[in-house]
Amino acid sequence: MPTAFTPLSALIGGALIGLGAAWLLATIGRIAGVSGIVNRAIDAREERGWRWAFLLAMIAAAGLWFAFTGAQARTGFPWIALVAAGLLVGAGTRVGNGCTSGHGICGLARLSRRSLWAVLVFVGVAMLTVYTVRHVFGGLA
Amino acid sequence: MNRIVQGAIAGTLFGFGLAISGMTNPDKVLNFLDVAGTWDPSLALVMGAALAVSVPGFALLRRRGCTLDGGALPSPPSSAVDRRLLLGSALFGVGWGLAGYCPGPAIASLAHGLSEAVVLVAAMLAGSQLVRFIDKDRP
Repeated sequence: MPTAFTPLSALIGGALIGLGAAWLLATIGRIAGVSGIVNRAIDAREERGWRWAFLLAMIAAAGLWFAFTGAQARTGFPWIALVAAGLLVGAGTRVGNGCTSGHGICGLARLSRRSLWAVLVFVGVAMLTVYTVRHVFGGLA
Repeated sequence: MNRIVQGAIAGTLFGFGLAISGMTNPDKVLNFLDVAGTWDPSLALVMGAALAVSVPGFALLRRRGCTLDGGALPSPPSSAVDRRLLLGSALFGVGWGLAGYCPGPAIASLAHGLSEAVVLVAAMLAGSQLVRFIDKDRP
């Protein structure tokens, strides 16, 4: 489904995400990579409190915005594709040690060479995946 | 307690940021990735604006050498680009391109209640724990 280019909300939302990452580093000296926060909220023995607080606050804030704007979830997407995608995202971010926020926003801000490579690979592979699914196989939904 | 409050503030900023920018709409993400089709460049501006804040913020803290209340900053990132990093990032890229969810927007989308995000996040946790289990077993 086509979507409109929304420069203003993209810039405002992006700035808030950047501010959140800078806030976490400035106050408690931690990197705001969501995959790492989730994994350690589950696996780690210590420092689980702020990680759960981060995740629950993130859900609550998004929920407030959805309620305010009436945004609805996508429907009709094949569940088998959701399961495959979820497994790949979970396994991939664990193996590659980061996701869009960790490597993309914090890693690049730390001038990490690893993160630059990670971002180039996951954005490139994701574009290739979308091309293959939509333009070679004619789409999923 | 203080760390929990700071985590909640950062999470709130992330949640509003992801929702306002439209990144919790997987169609918008897939259209950013669809350069040869219905391209929507919004995500590039989200990334750009996030970096416009985080790059100078991180640089100021690096120069300061500690957090605002004198706590330790994380050690500088490793520069090793190894096979594991590239393989993991590629697997993640396939999953991201398949459904349009990376971990932040996937978890934030749980706010939609019983929706596709529940299935995706459950599978995401399973994928991550599977790798943890395999890693643990490796000699």
